Amino acid sequence: MSETRNITLRINGRGEEGRFPAHRTLLEALRQLGHMEVKCGCEKGDCGACAVLLDGMAVDSCLTLAWMAAGKEVTTVSGLGDLDAPHPLQEAFADSGAAQCGYCIPGIIIAAQAIIAENPEPSEDDIRLGLSGNLCRCTGYTKIFEAIADAAREMRAEGGEQ
Amino acid sequence: MYAPFELDIPNDLAGALAALANGDGEAVLPLAGGTNLIVDIRAGRERPDRMVGLDGVDELKGMEFGPERIAIGGRTTVSDLLRSPEIAREAPSLVEAARLFGGLMVRNTGTVAGNIASGSPAADLVPPLLTLDAELTLQSAASTRTLALDDYYLGYKQDARRPDELITRISWPRLPRDSVNTFYKLARRKGDAITVTGVAVTLAAAGGTCTTARIALASVAPVVRRVKEAEALLEGRALTPALIDEAAEAAAEACTPIDDIRASADYRRHTVRALTRRLVAGAWDRLA
Repeated sequence: MSETRNITLRINGRGEEGRFPAHRTLLEALRQLGHMEVKCGCEKGDCGACAVLLDGMAVDSCLTLAWMAAGKEVTTVSGLGDLDAPHPLQEAFADSGAAQCGYCIPGIIIAAQAIIAENPEPSEDDIRLGLSGNLCRCTGYTKIFEAIADAAREMRAEGGEQ
Repeated sequence: MYAPFELDIPNDLAGALAALANGDGEAVLPLAGGTNLIVDIRAGRERPDRMVGLDGVDELKGMEFGPERIAIGGRTTVSDLLRSPEIAREAPSLVEAARLFGGLMVRNTGTVAGNIASGSPAADLVPPLLTLDAELTLQSAASTRTLALDDYYLGYKQDARRPDELITRISWPRLPRDSVNTFYKLARRKGDAITVTGVAVTLAAAGGTCTTARIALASVAPVVRRVKEAEALLEGRALTPALIDEAAEAAAEACTPIDDIRASADYRRHTVRALTRRLVAGAWDRLA
């Protein structure tokens, strides 16, 4: 058995309430609440499709329990920007054609945001190492690396307010 | 997730240890980063009745840099190691292992104590910590004890931790002035790959003689282990290419690898010999 509790998750700046058992992962909870931008891939911490920021730190939501995320700030790729006000990373990915099927991109953009937040001027090696937990099975990494370098440049030019 | 369990989220160490002690016949497991445990539960390899989430236990965080010893809390993450300039200075092998550990999200949540307690023969932080002579503090509600990491593993995925204990602290003596501490991870690729062969080495020298030799191997035996046979050949001697070859051969003979999906036993033994030779020779060169 597993106890069920009402918890409030703070997602992209808004409080959202849900009723979850103790063993519910953050990935499952987010999708249950309608956040379909968070993707389910391997559920083993290998592919990074489910990555979100938890208090600014990139985590695999498939390895995080929903209860443990209560009281923390959850940011999904939709929280970074949308079509009307895209984040520089989202813009750079669109401009570079860095998405093929697109399934891995929400997690990759979250990891990229974490890479740039820690190091505003990442080398290609820093980007590669930072993305080592994200898989793209369309094989298109070159444009992804370019898009992240472009976005980092853009964000530095903007004064690093992101 | 498929297997239900109960979850306690204590907000201090006393609460965590009390929760672990109150088993009442239940299978209770501590949960730190969850990067192994959640995967194991999902695969049915672990079936806890109750988990004790350690996110709120601040006593398990933090690092101390004393005049003689370095100590880190058990819930130190792999990323915490990478962000510490002191760790970079004091434990280069550990930093190299941390750099190539899992992916970014796993490094952000996976902990040092969790890597040790997982008992995996491929646990990347363990060979470096063995070559640093690390010691563990194991704490329960009733007692606190210290144990050399070298004495921690009892067999494949068997360890000395009692179910009511946590690895609260990992500490090791500062490296001597003239020393080299290094780690090499051989894997199919750099990122997010399980180690095929891992070799960590510490060499210290004084007056042209090797005063301390530590060699530890991952993924080539049921547990991560030191090869004291090889270390003993080096300590107290001035190293020569012939002596280093002899130590590399001793390491290759002492390991007991298996064939698996990642590599054959023969290949692993070959790479233990080659990497031990390369790391020891490289360290000795730097000390000269």
